[in-house]
Amino acid sequence: MKRSNLPLEFGAEPMDIEIGPSHPAMHGITRLSTRLDGEVVTAVEVEIGYLHRGFEKECENSTYVQVIPYTDRLNYVSPILNNIGYSLAVEKLFGLDVPKRAQYARVILGELSRISDHLTCNGAMGMEVGAMTVFLWYVKAREYLWELTEEVTGARLTHNWTRFGGNANDLPDTFFDMLEERLKKVEAVLEEGVKMLFKNKIFLDRVKDVGVLSRERAIEYGFTGPMLRATGEPYDLRRAEPYLVYNELDFEIPVGTVGDSYDRFLVRHEEMLQSISIIRQAVAKIPKGGHYQHDRRAWLPDKTEVYGSIEGLIDHFKVIMEGSTPPKGEVYQAIEGGNGELGFYLVSDGTGKPYKCRVRPPCFNFVSALPEMLIGHYVGDIVPIYGSINMIGGELER
Amino acid sequence: MTAPAETPPITARVEEKFPGAVTASHQQFGDETITVAKDQYLAVMTLLRNDPTLKFNLMVDLSAVDFLGQSPRFQVVVHLKSLSLGHRLRVKVGVGEDGPEACTLPTISKLWVAADWYERECFDMYGIRFQGHPNLKRLLLYESFVGHPLRKDYDIHLQQPRVELRPVRERYDYQNRNLTDPSETERRPL
Repeated sequence: MKRSNLPLEFGAEPMDIEIGPSHPAMHGITRLSTRLDGEVVTAVEVEIGYLHRGFEKECENSTYVQVIPYTDRLNYVSPILNNIGYSLAVEKLFGLDVPKRAQYARVILGELSRISDHLTCNGAMGMEVGAMTVFLWYVKAREYLWELTEEVTGARLTHNWTRFGGNANDLPDTFFDMLEERLKKVEAVLEEGVKMLFKNKIFLDRVKDVGVLSRERAIEYGFTGPMLRATGEPYDLRRAEPYLVYNELDFEIPVGTVGDSYDRFLVRHEEMLQSISIIRQAVAKIPKGGHYQHDRRAWLPDKTEVYGSIEGLIDHFKVIMEGSTPPKGEVYQAIEGGNGELGFYLVSDGTGKPYKCRVRPPCFNFVSALPEMLIGHYVGDIVPIYGSINMIGGELER
Repeated sequence: MTAPAETPPITARVEEKFPGAVTASHQQFGDETITVAKDQYLAVMTLLRNDPTLKFNLMVDLSAVDFLGQSPRFQVVVHLKSLSLGHRLRVKVGVGEDGPEACTLPTISKLWVAADWYERECFDMYGIRFQGHPNLKRLLLYESFVGHPLRKDYDIHLQQPRVELRPVRERYDYQNRNLTDPSETERRPL
């Protein structure tokens, strides 16, 4: 419920409050200039750019290979999804086939990544309204998942795992040994979260009917992902334009009804359960085979070839010095990232460096719609609403 | 890539409504793409949004590419998606830097609100001014930044001086500030 229509007991002149950029609830980097009438927000101006690192400029001056570790730093709570999105775009440009096993492995790690993204957001949403315990439990659960990805990629956060034509390494046996136990632990934590928040009057009062954006307005603003699904629009790229092996897996798309903070919370919660189910199916279905299909235009040859044959040495030299050289053209590839449609638009001029490497960041649209979501609410509602959009600075400002 | 044997339906529909507006089209890698003339750009975008057989209700992305040394120099690229019909389209429009209308393009933020920030970012990075935009100012960079960094002639190693700390009063600029109302312009002392 917006509060703007409530009569003020005492007339007050407008007051301006600057929230952020250095404010714990602004997740580090956004500044909201707000004008208040009493306690009601009447105007908001969002200023972003404090974490702008010139991603696109840097990519235009790097080879295709060098961009992969940089994509880890876009959405830093679900890095593998960025790896996958970028690699799929380059593979589409090259016309590469990825082995089935590698595709399943990408689905498994991608869904783990999505769970860690949603855990962060939902945990932080609890924290914004004072439920610190939930945040700590969810971060603990996130750590279980990061240990799993560490088992595969060697890194907790910046994985740099996908390659053009497959993945850096296969899923080891130890990973499958750990997986089921870890998923059970995460489910237990989610169950604890249900007990802590779902019937908690304090939490419900702060998130229900707050920050509502209707389905029509959300589409106008270009919303995708959980934010759009919370308004009732069942748009999920895994279903709408299946990539990898999502058409072989069975999953539901949860949708909300109202489009308030609470619906976003519920949609993310349900998506985590769906992701766990997807991972279990993928583990049951994953075929034997290679994890990587080498193409000499796209990636470095195996080290034994580099040291053992002159062709391998030349290929290695060419990819290092010139970069992988895809055919000329332009390509757009979108995947369902943690926040929604994560798109990569590449323009190739036939050289080893992308002529243009554009990232379509999903949370850009959410932040641009903040004024509409905030105006009319109390100043105290700013923080829970802001928490519900899951703003990730790395992908917002690149 | 070889040209497709028959024109895909979206391109055909646009050509039927606006003959001559589509100057080029391709379907490379399966992405349907049209290049439209600059003076027809707004009309074509309006058609794409409102036509019952097209219904592009989601503006996915807006960006530009700088083809330095070519004419027109810039190409603004818009990606559209229809949620109800499920198809996608990439619309490209050339923007030159010569003549009276150099580096300008009509805004589409009246059609999709989402374009508001994307156009601001595009202006910030490429210096393309979107005519009719409600609030065209820098988004990711700061006001005193010189130049547009994603232009190809902007040196990647160029460094710019740090910004002086501005008084809060100067930074204040709300979108819906009413300048005729005296209580709006006279600020309370902090």
